[in-house]
Amino acid sequence: MQAELIDIRNHLQQHAPFNGLPDEALDRVAGSIEIAYFRAGEKILELGQTNTDLHYIRSGAAELYRRSGELYNRLGEGEIFGQIGLLMGRQVRFPATALEDTLVYLIPYPVFQDLFDNHDVFADFVEVEDKSRLRQAVTRADQTNDSMTAKVSRLISRQPVTAPSTVRLQEAARIMTDNRVSSLLLVEGSGDDEGNLVGIITDRDLRTRAVADALPSETPVADIMSPDLITIRPDALVFEAMLQMLHNNVHHLPVIEKGKPRGVVALSDIVKYESQNSLYVVSNIHRQPDVKGLKAISEEVRNSFIRMVSEDANSHMIGSAMAGIGRSFTQRLLELGEEKLGPPPVPYCFLALGSMARDEQLIVTDQDNAMVLDDSFNPAEHDEYFLALAKFVSDGLAECGYTYCSGDIMATNPKWRQPLKVWKEYFTDWIDNPKAEALLNSNIFFDLDGVYGEERYAEALKELIAEKAQNSQRFLALLARNALNRTPPLGFFRQFVMEEDGKQQKTFNLKRRGTAPVSDLIRVHALACGSRAQNSFDRLQDIGKTRLLPEDGVGNLRDAMEFIAIVRIRHQALAMEDGREPDNNVRPEDLSPFERSHLKDAFQVVSQAQKFLRYRYNAQIPR
Amino acid sequence: MSTRREASGGAHLPSGDWPEHMSSLAEEASDARLKAFYEAFCMKPDTPMEEVPMVAMDFETTGLEPDQHSIVSIGLVPFTLNRIRLAEARHWVVRPQLPLHQTSVTIHGITHTDIEEAPDLGDILDELLPALAGRIPVVHYRAIERPFLDVALQWRLKEGIDFPVIDTMAIEAHLHPDRNPTRWQRLWGKKPVSIRLADSRLRYNLPHYPGHNALIDAIGTAELLQAQVRHHFGPDTPVRDLWL
Repeated sequence: MQAELIDIRNHLQQHAPFNGLPDEALDRVAGSIEIAYFRAGEKILELGQTNTDLHYIRSGAAELYRRSGELYNRLGEGEIFGQIGLLMGRQVRFPATALEDTLVYLIPYPVFQDLFDNHDVFADFVEVEDKSRLRQAVTRADQTNDSMTAKVSRLISRQPVTAPSTVRLQEAARIMTDNRVSSLLLVEGSGDDEGNLVGIITDRDLRTRAVADALPSETPVADIMSPDLITIRPDALVFEAMLQMLHNNVHHLPVIEKGKPRGVVALSDIVKYESQNSLYVVSNIHRQPDVKGLKAISEEVRNSFIRMVSEDANSHMIGSAMAGIGRSFTQRLLELGEEKLGPPPVPYCFLALGSMARDEQLIVTDQDNAMVLDDSFNPAEHDEYFLALAKFVSDGLAECGYTYCSGDIMATNPKWRQPLKVWKEYFTDWIDNPKAEALLNSNIFFDLDGVYGEERYAEALKELIAEKAQNSQRFLALLARNALNRTPPLGFFRQFVMEEDGKQQKTFNLKRRGTAPVSDLIRVHALACGSRAQNSFDRLQDIGKTRLLPEDGVGNLRDAMEFIAIVRIRHQALAMEDGREPDNNVRPEDLSPFERSHLKDAFQVVSQAQKFLRYRYNAQIPR
Repeated sequence: MSTRREASGGAHLPSGDWPEHMSSLAEEASDARLKAFYEAFCMKPDTPMEEVPMVAMDFETTGLEPDQHSIVSIGLVPFTLNRIRLAEARHWVVRPQLPLHQTSVTIHGITHTDIEEAPDLGDILDELLPALAGRIPVVHYRAIERPFLDVALQWRLKEGIDFPVIDTMAIEAHLHPDRNPTRWQRLWGKKPVSIRLADSRLRYNLPHYPGHNALIDAIGTAELLQAQVRHHFGPDTPVRDLWL
């Protein structure tokens, strides 16, 4: 390259994928460029024509079209096109037209080929499959996140301290003190069964169950041990252990391998690992004596959210942690409500719906909940109590930042405060006699989870849904049709969001146009394959075991979901750090070039998945 | 030959006469290199612009007067209406005959050492003339490159040089005949239209090149001509309409 071409080289160097190239390679590119000018409206590449150059827009803008004539992409300064054709027989795949007066730098095929062969950064970028690029982005993000890849086994620092379950309280306390542990595993059995775990006692058990009740020191530990063991495998992820604790509000998890204890993971181990995290918030929530205290804590929720983002947690982890926190608020409010109103007259189950049930909750969220009452429920006698309880919880949640549901899907609504048999009728009707309009409003009920009380009621409903939904083609078709209501944008162009019809917007909603369409379509497939999972990633796993989706469809959707969700999460964290109120509206100028290009890929995956959904369930597009 | 040199306006030669003029110069020329240069000229006045091989050319000089100032650097890039080929771009720094005055224009990016070590223009003619041969030079402001080269060759070869050029600045001047507002218009806030290279380029959405050197300006001139022809003339325009 002539040294005088430095201006041209410098421009290339500011844009991907050229920014990743070494100087000598860039020099070679700059020295080989041919330049061409196109007037607005002029065709740059025509379908089927032979193309021998990579096109780089130096100034102006161009539009690419699909074979069908649909708009494929709109590109501005520093963006490239023509690479797909170059990699596939040098035939133009996406015809291009100048949108404005445009100056194009053309990089000849031999130079392109050389870059492709010798520079991975370049090859990865121009790779035909947009989806594989997305996969790399998601994987790279995961690798930086320790708690995602770290296994529970890494937290085990010593052999488990065990004792026979026949041991007396005093002896147990002595063993724990001698070994400086806060929990003791109790084992039984002989021969092959020797050392089988039967229970656990902890410092807290000794305090609250033994000392507080002044039990004699000769009492067998079996009398106070927790026999319903919640355990974890050594190859489980650290964050799964954290979720287990969150979910069950326990502080110790025995680690079990092939039926034998290998160690114990304590909350403090994870805390050490994860510095401050959402577990603090959860345990704090359960200690609050009143709504005022809970409200005070809700600020900490935001801090813990921001911290998880800055520690590069993935969306699954953050969504679960936030949902865990939301559940804890709900549980504590129900406890406080029962303290105030007295014990419930009949058993009930409090349901979380939507994102909380899916373990995909973020910061900006409204409350969606319901109550399933025992079938012995008698409205005249009992409803006053449950209305008061529902109102207490709902108002409390609103105080803590979970705004009232605008669609009135809350337990305060008598329609959503019904005995189990009525709920079964609701679901049976939705599935057996589906109506598009009605389904649109009841979509949210198909993500449900029991958070308090008789959780078996929630399980019974999940069972009913899983069994019925997969056999109702009409229901699935209508659900699929509703899932197509919200579509992702086509991509970005300068500071605009671009729609499929070429219209441009200044901002877009990353929930409505991003995560919601994905979770909607995953729900349809999940119901079709009889999955009982609620979380989108778990549902995808179930879908993957069937042949419902074309090959790699599951992986692509998972990547798209993860990427869109994490951008949405980062966007909210950033707003809070700047002292702004977080929301879901994103302006393209707020996105990094990395986020822009991968979001575009993710949107494409979603768009294709929607097309497949329409075809698979024979769902006509409404409109 | 310098008698035919004109300032900036007006025709150098009646537009259809160039082929004949070039062939008579070929006969008159005594330097073999110049003879070859003239003989390579084979353009007909009717040749459509789309088929015309061109070469954008820019000089940096120590001043604006060919008789008093010298060439410091030369940038060339061959091109057509469809492609500007950087792989064949050339750039030379040449040693000026007259010393660089403190007062003379700043030559961007060229150091005194560069100039002291640079060859004389006479030493690069073997490369320069073939690079121009068979192509129409395109310049922005024709009162510089052609007259400076003419004078430089007079000095060294005792014979000058002549050839048609396309002048992108003259095209802009032609497109904006009323570019200087009257006093009344100025009173109402009307701004003069600049036909300098950088300003003209902006009107065609061409990028700003921050660096200044003869090669990047030659490339800028080539891009400007591509844009001008696409916007105002069309690829079928005969070259006679544009060469001067």
